Amino acid sequence: MQIPAALDAVTTFEEKLPGVLQGTHVFRDELTLLVQPVDVPRALQLLRDTKGLVYNYLSDISAVDYYEPARGYGDYGDRPERFGVSYHLLSMLYNRRIRVKTYVSEDNLVLPTVTTLWEAANWLEREIFDMMGIRFEGHPNLRRVLMPEDWEGHPHRRDYPLGYETVMFSFNVDEINRHKPYAKE
Amino acid sequence: MATTERRPLSLEIPTATENALGQGQTWEGSLADLKGLVSERALTGETMLLNLGPHHPSTHGVLRLLLELDGEEIVTCLPDVGFLHTGIEKNIESKPYEKALTLTDRMDYLAPMSNNMVFSMAVEKLAGIDVPERAQVIRVICLEMTRLNSHLVWLGTHALDLGAMSVFLYCFRERERLLEMFEMLGGQRMMTSYIRPGGLWRDLPEQFLPALESFLSYFPSKVDDYEKLLTNNPLWRDRTEGIGVVEPELAISLGLSGPTLRASGVNYDVRKAMPYTGYENYDFDVPLGEHGDVYDRFYIRILEMRESVRIIRQAIKRLPGASGSFRTENRKFAPPPRAELGRSMEAVIHHFKLWTEGFAAPDEEVFAAIESPRGEITCYLHGTGGNKPRRVHFKTPSFIHISALARMAPGYMIADLVAIVGSIDCVLGDSDR
Repeated sequence: MQIPAALDAVTTFEEKLPGVLQGTHVFRDELTLLVQPVDVPRALQLLRDTKGLVYNYLSDISAVDYYEPARGYGDYGDRPERFGVSYHLLSMLYNRRIRVKTYVSEDNLVLPTVTTLWEAANWLEREIFDMMGIRFEGHPNLRRVLMPEDWEGHPHRRDYPLGYETVMFSFNVDEINRHKPYAKE
Repeated sequence: MATTERRPLSLEIPTATENALGQGQTWEGSLADLKGLVSERALTGETMLLNLGPHHPSTHGVLRLLLELDGEEIVTCLPDVGFLHTGIEKNIESKPYEKALTLTDRMDYLAPMSNNMVFSMAVEKLAGIDVPERAQVIRVICLEMTRLNSHLVWLGTHALDLGAMSVFLYCFRERERLLEMFEMLGGQRMMTSYIRPGGLWRDLPEQFLPALESFLSYFPSKVDDYEKLLTNNPLWRDRTEGIGVVEPELAISLGLSGPTLRASGVNYDVRKAMPYTGYENYDFDVPLGEHGDVYDRFYIRILEMRESVRIIRQAIKRLPGASGSFRTENRKFAPPPRAELGRSMEAVIHHFKLWTEGFAAPDEEVFAAIESPRGEITCYLHGTGGNKPRRVHFKTPSFIHISALARMAPGYMIADLVAIVGSIDCVLGDSDR
């Protein structure tokens, strides 16, 4: 069987889907393609189904929150929006990886689903919905997966506090005991 | 006191006005919540809904499966995880890179070194740390020992689920020797935290290599014993052949990895495809299955144990010639040896900075993937520019494999489900993190 020569993802995008690619970023030899949220499914489909690319395996979908308490809401440094979602694809044929990244605005927390392309996306998207609160349009079963179903909030947001118990010392033991939910008689 | 009063025949439940749930609420769930998830036949009562787990021994931890059964045949399988969710990823965001490492052990508690490795690899990539050759060779030894450890627990419990009790005892006997060696390395039997960003915690202790050599000379004959008990055992083959078949296209779409993917005949092993920590220098084979059933997944793991022994033997041979120390000499990332603190002011400063603040890594994202015993475990790491990460996300093989149960189980009997759950080798700590 003749294996077609490997193509460059960026030039393929310019040929097949002009205007979709918003930019590229390379860090430690990892190529990142930036696309708009609405273009995610067709960008991933192009990467999966084009001869010479064949990114046929979905390794991971990760989301990140760029909120920082020191800067406050609305200011995310050099990032355009608050949330970033990264799709990590792998080409088993050409042994290479690629990352497709999209920024999701806090006011419109919706992404189109990619469960139509890979069934593996099902739980990965549910996890992002659970942890970050980003909704995936068209997902067959968008419920919480790790947290209890009646949980409030999305724990992996950077403004979600990390709960902990205050350490007891002799100077604050009374104050802490007063607020502890001890069993009543 | 004896009484002649007639006791009620059936236990009478008083009509409670208030129970633990509160006024007017019952423990009964509503079938309407399941609309769209189970078939219409379940809503009319034609098929039965059965809750398997979370505390069922053959679900290997706290895995809950909601089954829709037509007689004994599974119509729908809805896996439910999250009972072991401990927020490890969230906790890592509040810890410096070096200290966050100890949390990764607790994810997949049967393969802690793999988790250490993937997190260390991501940190090394993000911060730009070089790992000396000696550390890389020892890492290979550790990773393959972890694979043996994990596969032994898997084989024992999988066989136990299907009724072969004795295999469990033999497997745990051999695993005990591995755990003793882990204790020599890291001071703990399971949560070793031995592989760290920049290398290892310490060099190999003196008694380690003799113990490993003696284990390696003893272990292959034990694998023969397991094979005598199972491989051609007609009962075992009846229970496992043709069960839980996954076609290669479906396996890729479902995102399966590791032995579960290779049983379907897809030749993908991260160690071969994208070698890390020097795996390209070792001569080993990647066993492939043909049928994608439970038996193939079993036999591939048996063969992998033999390959692991081969790799460890080669690594021991490479060890004397490997250059460098057990961790990086770059003082910005690894603390100086204790002896240096007495004579070098700079060493004291490095020591102080590393143990109070840790090192900084750029505000960028990296991705690392390794072959854990269960499959491809990946780590997505996003730095902040400071000493703590912004986001860590592990795609763990168990999480994906459990989600795939929904596609693997329907059409088989409920007794086969136990075999299928065992064959995907899920660890719930790995899945829930």
